[in-house]
Amino acid sequence: MKKWFEPLFTAWEGVRTHKLRSSLTILGIIIGVAAVITLMSIGRGSSAEILSRIQALGSNLITIMPGMTFERGVMGPIGSATTLTLEDAVAISEQVPYVTSVAPYSSTNQQLVFGSENMNAQVIGVTPEYQQVYNLKTADGAFISPYDYQGAANVAVIGANVKDELFSGVDPIGQQIRMGNSVVSVMGVLESKGASMMGSTDDAMLIPLSTLQQTITQQRTSTGEHMVRSIAITVSDPKQADYVVSEVTSLLRSRHQLAPGEDDDFTVRSMEELVGTVTEMSNTMTIFLGAIAGISLLVGGIGVMNIMLVSVVERTREIGIRKALGAKERDIYGQFLTESAFLSLSGGVIGVAAGWATSWIISSRGTTTLVSPDIIILAVSVSIGIGLAFGFLPARRAARLNPIEALRYE
Amino acid sequence: MIRLQDITKIYLIGKRELEVLRGVNLHIRQGEVVAIMGPSGSGKTTLLNLIGCLDVPTSGSYYLDGREVNRLSRGELAHIRAKKIGFVFQTFNLLPQLSALANVELGMRYAGIADSRRAMEALACVGLSDRARHRPSELSGGEQQRVAIARALVKRPPLILADEPTGNLDSRSGEEVISILTTLNTEQGNTLLFVTHDVNIAHHCQRIIHLKDGQVVAEETL
Repeated sequence: MKKWFEPLFTAWEGVRTHKLRSSLTILGIIIGVAAVITLMSIGRGSSAEILSRIQALGSNLITIMPGMTFERGVMGPIGSATTLTLEDAVAISEQVPYVTSVAPYSSTNQQLVFGSENMNAQVIGVTPEYQQVYNLKTADGAFISPYDYQGAANVAVIGANVKDELFSGVDPIGQQIRMGNSVVSVMGVLESKGASMMGSTDDAMLIPLSTLQQTITQQRTSTGEHMVRSIAITVSDPKQADYVVSEVTSLLRSRHQLAPGEDDDFTVRSMEELVGTVTEMSNTMTIFLGAIAGISLLVGGIGVMNIMLVSVVERTREIGIRKALGAKERDIYGQFLTESAFLSLSGGVIGVAAGWATSWIISSRGTTTLVSPDIIILAVSVSIGIGLAFGFLPARRAARLNPIEALRYE
Repeated sequence: MIRLQDITKIYLIGKRELEVLRGVNLHIRQGEVVAIMGPSGSGKTTLLNLIGCLDVPTSGSYYLDGREVNRLSRGELAHIRAKKIGFVFQTFNLLPQLSALANVELGMRYAGIADSRRAMEALACVGLSDRARHRPSELSGGEQQRVAIARALVKRPPLILADEPTGNLDSRSGEEVISILTTLNTEQGNTLLFVTHDVNIAHHCQRIIHLKDGQVVAEETL
């Protein structure tokens, strides 16, 4: 028992005799480990946050975006062209199985005016299905009905921020908002959903798609179909999403009369796919953050090595004495490796606590963080590994010392 | 117990060869007390280091307890030091951060023994029971050297090597240290070999070997 305990005691003696030096070395590791834990917890937290928001939209959502423009060989972003039509949406809902709702929509930015208040907001022309597809709830009033849509009624449902901007202290229901040359009356207010990757409805005003097409944009394709910006679909079973994606793709290809081998002029994306992309993206971000923090851990490790080298030189005589007393090379190795592992492990343990505390403080300020056990295990084992790896060279130097020269060292 | 045959030791200092020992022949029996004397640079310490397995000769043979030592690996030499040899140095060489007791315990550690009671007994042998918890810096030179002797003796090695053990001590402490060493030799029967400049101290032993320029020039039995 005591024999097992001995190297730890020796390491502790070594650390204790140089309190300040050891604490500063440990501090290097603490900062490194704490940085790894904090940054990775921020990465993990934000990816969890993004995923939960996407999943709140429903895992059965499929979005169809128009393709990109090609102008003089330069590829524009996805959605820069307008290739989808209202008739595409109708065909999808009639011909593709497992589709529960189809919501074609278009949007434009408009200046909204109420009394003396005005703001620039996104105006989205939607069909009644838009509500089910995006899980929207009205805080007040009602959503656009099929009747409003068919009649191209001049009605609007406004987002929470729009309400706050235009209607401070006034009940917005029934009020008239001037939008360009036309006037719409507010029939509902949406519940706030918070910011999201997909753009928030909080800052938007929804009007019937038919109204939007009549009052603001009246675009038609060469075949006379009504253009829309995007189409959102929900499927009855998320497991069928891939099948639906391929069915929609082939339907749209034939409707857009694309020859075999020609690129799609639209992009179909299921939510599952999006989740995959986002997960991959945020994993990359987490690894990136971890790598940056890992640099400080590496610097901490070099600090350990530096101090251990100094310690070996300083204790040359001690090593000589131990060797004269019969210490084998592996005893000396053990002594110095234990000491450096001790330094970095205590740095690791304190660093975990510090990193955890920092993440907690950050999350209490509103940024989601997630400290998961695997990060802790990783950080602690990396810190021990650093202690052993960076302690190895000094330990070898100590173990290989010639005992006679070491004893003569002043 | 110790047999040296034509031992030479050459150190390379830069490109220059320094021949420190030039053919030393020596035989020391179990239980003998032997002093090695000679002027500075005569190779006394080098000889003691070779006998103590801290170094290996350039040529010649060294038998310790009938085993040829000069062919052994570093690890095997360390094992012999741990089990068979107790060193006492001129400069004491105690670890300053450890108490007297812990220093003595360190003497047993690499022999694989962990026994605080035995370390206390060793301190009692050298008359320092009441100083067990003191650090070396809190002890006088004579007391430090007695702790070092306790450290050398605690594992009960058959061979004690002392390199000018009284060199840093006043004559009274020196006498005390030598009498402890010789008393232990009578009581425990270990072989004692020491290097000294002091003729008075050398006369405590049974045989004096005179070394000059790396060779044994005279031997006197007392």
